[in-house]
Amino acid sequence: MESQGLTLDGVTVQFGGLTALEDVRLTVPPGKVVGVIGPNGAGKTTLFNVICGFVRPTRGDLRFDGRTLRPRAHRLAKLGIGRTLQGVGLFAGLSVVENVMAGATHTARAGFTSALFGLPPSDRDERRLRDEAMELLTQFGIAEHASAEPGSLPYPVRKKVALARALAARPRLLLLDEPAGGLGAEDITELAELVATLPGRDGGGRSVMLVEHHMDFVMSVCDEVAVLDFGRLIAVGSPEKVRDDPAVAEAYLGPALEGRTA
Amino acid sequence: MTTGLRHLLWTAAAAAALLAVTYAIPPFRNYQLATAAAYLCATAGLTVLVGLSGQLSLGHGAVMAVGAYAVALSQNRFADAGLTGNGVLAASLALGVLAALVAGLIVGLAAARLRGPYLAGVTLAVAVALPAVTTVWAGVFHSDQGLSVYLEPPPAGLGYDFPLERWQAWLALAGALLVMLLLANLVRSRFGRSLRAVRDDEVAARLAGIDVARTQVLAFVVSAGCAGLGGGLMAVLTQSVSPGAYSLTLSLFLLMAVVVGGLGRLAGAVWGALLLVVLPDLTHTIVASLTLSPAAAQRLEGNLPLAVFGLTLIVVMIAAPGGISGVVRRLTPASPLRR
Repeated sequence: MESQGLTLDGVTVQFGGLTALEDVRLTVPPGKVVGVIGPNGAGKTTLFNVICGFVRPTRGDLRFDGRTLRPRAHRLAKLGIGRTLQGVGLFAGLSVVENVMAGATHTARAGFTSALFGLPPSDRDERRLRDEAMELLTQFGIAEHASAEPGSLPYPVRKKVALARALAARPRLLLLDEPAGGLGAEDITELAELVATLPGRDGGGRSVMLVEHHMDFVMSVCDEVAVLDFGRLIAVGSPEKVRDDPAVAEAYLGPALEGRTA
Repeated sequence: MTTGLRHLLWTAAAAAALLAVTYAIPPFRNYQLATAAAYLCATAGLTVLVGLSGQLSLGHGAVMAVGAYAVALSQNRFADAGLTGNGVLAASLALGVLAALVAGLIVGLAAARLRGPYLAGVTLAVAVALPAVTTVWAGVFHSDQGLSVYLEPPPAGLGYDFPLERWQAWLALAGALLVMLLLANLVRSRFGRSLRAVRDDEVAARLAGIDVARTQVLAFVVSAGCAGLGGGLMAVLTQSVSPGAYSLTLSLFLLMAVVVGGLGRLAGAVWGALLLVVLPDLTHTIVASLTLSPAAAQRLEGNLPLAVFGLTLIVVMIAAPGGISGVVRRLTPASPLRR
């Protein structure tokens, strides 16, 4: 399917008197990785929540693949949008492979009756979901943990499981909420390589949008970076351009860079 | 082999074994077996609701009552209209399940908007309101006195001296096996996985494309249907229905049974149902062995099961949080009831 990516057109969100997002205009083109950065409270998570339908915009429009987006959260997956949560947000009582299978729930075709009587359509769905989940786990190099419960695994592995779950439904837009959060330097390098492959998977054309604090990670994986400050977009462009933007340096990078050795 | 066929074979094997058991034990034990089977319908449904979907119900005794009253009313109407036979009994039980499904849908729709203590409060209200309902519509439900249930003798084809209790055991076991078969299928499917996903993390479940509210209502409806069949079978066993038999205490007993048995496991529901029959019997024996005044004995016998059950619950929670089925699982590496 020809994707046109995600477009935010003048999105404004107000909570009472507080303006969390103001007139945000941003496009996430197909096949590109767009990073959103900004100081704490700049509105990054609100931006994700608007796209996911957890928060309704006060003004403005969202369009995905040329159509207006007004989703209820559980319909996102069907629309082709996947999201990871801050931390890991895995299902603690499900094994790793079941977690990934759960991510593709809406692709199952067999109905309730088939499940109740244990008929072949339901079994076929289960086998396909399990095979696809195992395939993904193998590609991520964590197939040996398939039947483990997430709680028993190291944090970097859990992060990968969460990413696999979000990918299981083969979304055309993938939202990553702080993918590098809590990871060490080595794991971040590996994650960066993995994230770089995401747009090209499953036939290509996938849009990826991520919110992240870890600056080196953002600068290395993103094709484009958007900077939020107090709910406003103050810069959008290539990582180099954003890095050199004086407004960005003043609002965010400047004070942060002073304390950095890199 | 499909999941359904595999489970069907296990069910058939269990049915054959149980059939042999009903011939080997005396009528009173058959009656107890039948009672355990009727309880099993309710505990199996409840363990799926509480253990897998993570929704607490303190009102499942009342849902059993809905099934029981529906069976009583339809059995008696059918008998008045001159309709008899085992097909009629099956129809009555189906109506009992249907009534419970409707009740489950209503409670479930309310429950899907409530969490934790608020949900417990609503289901508690259902359990408490039940006796009042039978009094307000006394013309239909005959208040505290309740209804008697018409039950035909066992089919003539089984022989002239076929014990009624064995026949009742067959009926109840058939119902319990059907419930176990269907729930086992469901638990193994994506619906079972969705229930557990919703229990663990609602936001993540939504993002995974699971309709959380719909899943929660579905759990309530399925669980209520099972409890309705259990209640209907109970009505067939006792041949009477009264609010006293489906009090709040029963709801609490059912909940304790599934927790002690092993929450979220169908095998745990079996242990729980057995305990529901064995513990009162045990306390009866204990009371009978003591020399007490009749009044004291009666009071003790009324409250001792609850005390013993409560104590068992505390001990199990401390010693084996996975319940009896958790302990059995650890001792037996492979068994068909592992899930």
